[in-house]
Amino acid sequence: MNSARDLILDDPGWLIAVKGLLVFVFCVLCTLMAIWFERRIVARMQLRLGPNRVGKFGLLQSLADGVKLALKEDLIPAAADKLVFIIAPIISATTCFMAFAVIPMSGPVKMFGQETAFQLTDIPVGVLYILSVASVGVYGIVLAGWSSGSTYPLLGGLRSSAQVISYEIAMGLSLVAVFLYAGSMSTIDIVDAQDQFWYAIVLFPSFIIYAISMVGETNRAPFDLAEAEGELVGGFHTEYSSLKFALFFLAEYVNIVGVSALATTLFLGGYHAPPGLGFTESWLGGWFTFIWFFIKVVLFFFVFVWLRGTLPRLRYDQFMQFGWKVLIPANVAWIMVVAVLRYFTLNGASRTSILIFGGAILVIFLMGSSLYERSKAKKGEVTASAVDAPAPYPVPELPMKISTFTVPRAERERE
Amino acid sequence: MNPYVPILVIGAIGFGFAIISVVAGYLTGPRRYNRAKAEAYECGIEPTPPAAGGGRFPIKYFLTAMLFIIFDIEIVFLYPWAVSFDQLGLFGIVEMFLFILTVFVAYTYVWRRGGLEWD
Repeated sequence: MNSARDLILDDPGWLIAVKGLLVFVFCVLCTLMAIWFERRIVARMQLRLGPNRVGKFGLLQSLADGVKLALKEDLIPAAADKLVFIIAPIISATTCFMAFAVIPMSGPVKMFGQETAFQLTDIPVGVLYILSVASVGVYGIVLAGWSSGSTYPLLGGLRSSAQVISYEIAMGLSLVAVFLYAGSMSTIDIVDAQDQFWYAIVLFPSFIIYAISMVGETNRAPFDLAEAEGELVGGFHTEYSSLKFALFFLAEYVNIVGVSALATTLFLGGYHAPPGLGFTESWLGGWFTFIWFFIKVVLFFFVFVWLRGTLPRLRYDQFMQFGWKVLIPANVAWIMVVAVLRYFTLNGASRTSILIFGGAILVIFLMGSSLYERSKAKKGEVTASAVDAPAPYPVPELPMKISTFTVPRAERERE
Repeated sequence: MNPYVPILVIGAIGFGFAIISVVAGYLTGPRRYNRAKAEAYECGIEPTPPAAGGGRFPIKYFLTAMLFIIFDIEIVFLYPWAVSFDQLGLFGIVEMFLFILTVFVAYTYVWRRGGLEWD
């Protein structure tokens, strides 16, 4: 099914320009709506109303905020490196849009009398291109923090970039299993390869790791350590004001929509309808596929908001250790399992042998985790006995002595 | 048409938008000079002058960047392997096991030496 790709590659120049503008408008509108949506939903979660004054339901709130930002003074601190200080938000805002070039947003449709699909281009290394553009986006953060000539932005920028690059590894590794099954890095091929089963189901562990790392990658709660107000004020954009600040804000939200769109493409079947609703794809001359795509992206964005409304922020060392010591090894182990499973299925191994292999892996995993738990319990016992052991010298009774009764000990006795 | 041209188009649109925003922010906002406003933000106290050379930062971040490069290269090797997995057969699996094993020797070394501890 190469028709969509052929259609895209046959686009005349004017249609590419129009589609580029449409993608851009889609991103900006999504940002404006996303900010409003997030504020309303978080407000509901915290038993507030949220913005409801500007426009119907407060829909124009983000636009009003944008205008207000434009009318604020554009400050450049005296200690800042002026040129880099101005370039940094431009880098952030440019790269965030570029990731959308290869996202397939609809199936074959008619656009201004021309058969095409709502996707700017399709290149054989599509997903790799998205990852590389996301890496360039890190420059915006680093340079903004460095050029501000101030302590908090420098630390915030370093933290952000350390976080983004750490979670980019987990993200990149979680995509390997997808390429292995799809046999391609082109986004169209990956979407087409999911016409039977979504990879979110087939490659569930990959999906979970991607979902975690995309929150870390975009610096969002509960991983928004770069903006930990109590420690770092506003993070890398502390010194920014006016529309330069707005550009960082825009880039953050476009990035969120971007990773959600990538998750939709790679794991949720892209613009295709959910199984059983395939007949809807021909509605509105094919444009209904765009609605399916949009619904899936909104679902992801809702999860982002939900996380922010539910979870407290992690500590920095916990966060980095989780990325490096849990996500990366688990990911590599999973890739090996997938590779072996795929090899068996390709060579026509019987279902029972595959099940036996899967069962063996599960048993090994459970044994490893139980051994780990036991060693941890043993370690806990040692420290507990060290604390409770009678001191070799007389200890005077302390005032306000707290009970020595410890909960885990009591539980162990009950067992 | 060359499939990479549309990428330049969307890049140019985004770049143009960013430039216009920066210029517009400069033009539309008021400009009232005040020495205190141009100082670095430090919650109201007198800002510490930044150290020469843009300020120092903990070596930990540098280490993280180095580790990132190592693992990113591993990923770059994994991608083409994954794409052409179906043609490689058993040879591909064995080779990749050996490759990942060697990378994980380095990974374990870093872990044991405390390279993955943050405080």
